[in-house]
Amino acid sequence: MSFLEVSNLKVEFDTADGVVSAVNNVNFSLDEGKVLAIVGESGSGKSQTVFAMTGLLDHNGRASGSVKFEGDEILNIPNDALNRIRAKKIAMIFQDPMTSLNPYVRVSEQMAEVLVHHKGISKSDAINQSIVMLDAVKIPEAKSRIKMYPHEFSGGMRQRVMIAMSLLCHPKLLIADEPTTALDVTVQAQIMHLMSEIQKEFGMSIILITHDLGVVAGNSDDMLVMYGGEVMELGKTEHLYANPTHPYTQGLMSAVPRLDDINEKLITIPGSPPNMMLKPIGCPFSPRCKFANDKCLSDIPVLTKVGENNQYRACHVAIESIL
Amino acid sequence: MFNFIIKRIGIAIPTLLILIALSFYLMHAAPGGPFTSERPLPAQVLANIEAKYGLDQPVWNQMTNYIWGILTEFDFGPSYKYHDRSVNDIIGQGFPITMKYGFWSFIVAIGVGIPLGAIAAIKKNTWIDYLAVGISIGAQVLPNFVMAPLLIIVFTLWLGWLPGGGWNGGSWEYLIMPVIALSTSYMASIARITRSSILEVLNTNYIRTAKSKGLPTKTIFFRHVLKPSLLPVISYLGPAFVGLITGSVLIDIYFSTGGMGYFFVNSAFNRDYSVMMGITILVGGLTIIFSLIVDLLYAWVDPKIRY
Repeated sequence: MSFLEVSNLKVEFDTADGVVSAVNNVNFSLDEGKVLAIVGESGSGKSQTVFAMTGLLDHNGRASGSVKFEGDEILNIPNDALNRIRAKKIAMIFQDPMTSLNPYVRVSEQMAEVLVHHKGISKSDAINQSIVMLDAVKIPEAKSRIKMYPHEFSGGMRQRVMIAMSLLCHPKLLIADEPTTALDVTVQAQIMHLMSEIQKEFGMSIILITHDLGVVAGNSDDMLVMYGGEVMELGKTEHLYANPTHPYTQGLMSAVPRLDDINEKLITIPGSPPNMMLKPIGCPFSPRCKFANDKCLSDIPVLTKVGENNQYRACHVAIESIL
Repeated sequence: MFNFIIKRIGIAIPTLLILIALSFYLMHAAPGGPFTSERPLPAQVLANIEAKYGLDQPVWNQMTNYIWGILTEFDFGPSYKYHDRSVNDIIGQGFPITMKYGFWSFIVAIGVGIPLGAIAAIKKNTWIDYLAVGISIGAQVLPNFVMAPLLIIVFTLWLGWLPGGGWNGGSWEYLIMPVIALSTSYMASIARITRSSILEVLNTNYIRTAKSKGLPTKTIFFRHVLKPSLLPVISYLGPAFVGLITGSVLIDIYFSTGGMGYFFVNSAFNRDYSVMMGITILVGGLTIIFSLIVDLLYAWVDPKIRY
């Protein structure tokens, strides 16, 4: 039994223009204490994947497949059952710390309510524990700042508050949905450093969603590359970096700007991500792929194992021809 | 906060003066006067009466005298139409009546409107939502001049439960129909504002955070949704409250309540200058006070607003 096992996860949305498939056949598993990075461009379905797992899809969204957490199915279970897992076992932090905290409620209230609800302790005890947690994420003068409202914190400090709030019940899994995207670069580095520190300290697993490959490199054990709602490549982070076997992963890697690069132009992947309403019939990446053949345009490739290192790719093109 | 209130009161004074000046000139610019009637008075008699009330003086002088009278003796002048009664008497008699049925209409409009809108939002796209939206649209499109006679037909003529009109010191059986007729459209607006505002808040990132914290729906609603979604409602309530407590001519006519709305409209027909001015200043003053209260309520609800 693995810690987290996601199989054949699909997410669809009912819209005025018909059903849109946002996530298609996502499979992955995660071991306890490991960090999995989900990488992809905007709209690749990475956020919807984790929202589906925790029952946070918008009301027009539907999820199917299976998500097993510690052996128990958690996909599409009733809200009451989910509420016993949320925050307690699976906690989340979100992309935009400016809007993820309620601007009308004091930080002390927002943090304490988690403990009061899940642990049934008194409010004053809950606030004291929250102060300890704010200290742990290095918020200065936590004791006085906890009484403030979110707008009285800077962006980086707000994300620290979010992280502290997510850790209150010592969850086993932390899902971080682009935790550093809305922050500037120096603050990004601080937040990532903080996250890897607390990951070691609490020994929890993390699913880290990002489109920043720099963040992935130093902070994850495994890596899942998504595009157009499909998994493109999956494997150990170090292997995928050293040896990307999918044209999309290769494109992403070569698009990372390097300090020692003397070219003036940044390398990009030509074209833009597909409109999910008009997804290509075959591989979603085929219109932008320089290796694409007839099969790529007609059949969706299946994730298959390559090499010895538990690395998987979904591509019709032979590895030899793209390396 | 204190400075803010002082500043707002400071702005209120010139605002009221501008209101007085504009209404005074507009009133006098309209043709006719309080003593013109179908059977014209002899020119000499008219001149004598106008001289007695000071209407022969330039408008500017009349206005300064009028303002001086208010400031020194709180005297809003005599009514030109009702002899032996001053404006203070008329407002003193009519305002408590409109205030009473207006206040209860306000309570009913909030008490029904906010829960109705909230239930519709929570049960979005279910039959409960459609029913609530249906009720509020119905209440909105049914004008009170239709509502009032309908109520009288049903509750007075058919069922014989309630008196068809009168005031009787505002005892409850005389209050019910005026309050229903007056509050429905306000209730409908409040319900619609509440519904759309709650739906907006339910879509925010911080509600998603609250859900991810595993809080029960009830806690999320009362702690995280309600407060922010009431902001647009509060800004509607300020002017609505003033509108309600200063009365409605239709209510006064249909239910013979004797409230201020009747006097206000009649004073305009009769060119009863002083009554018109008195009620205008009262409504203007109340509007200024309640928009200040709305601003203070805003600061109380929204921590980002501090004066």
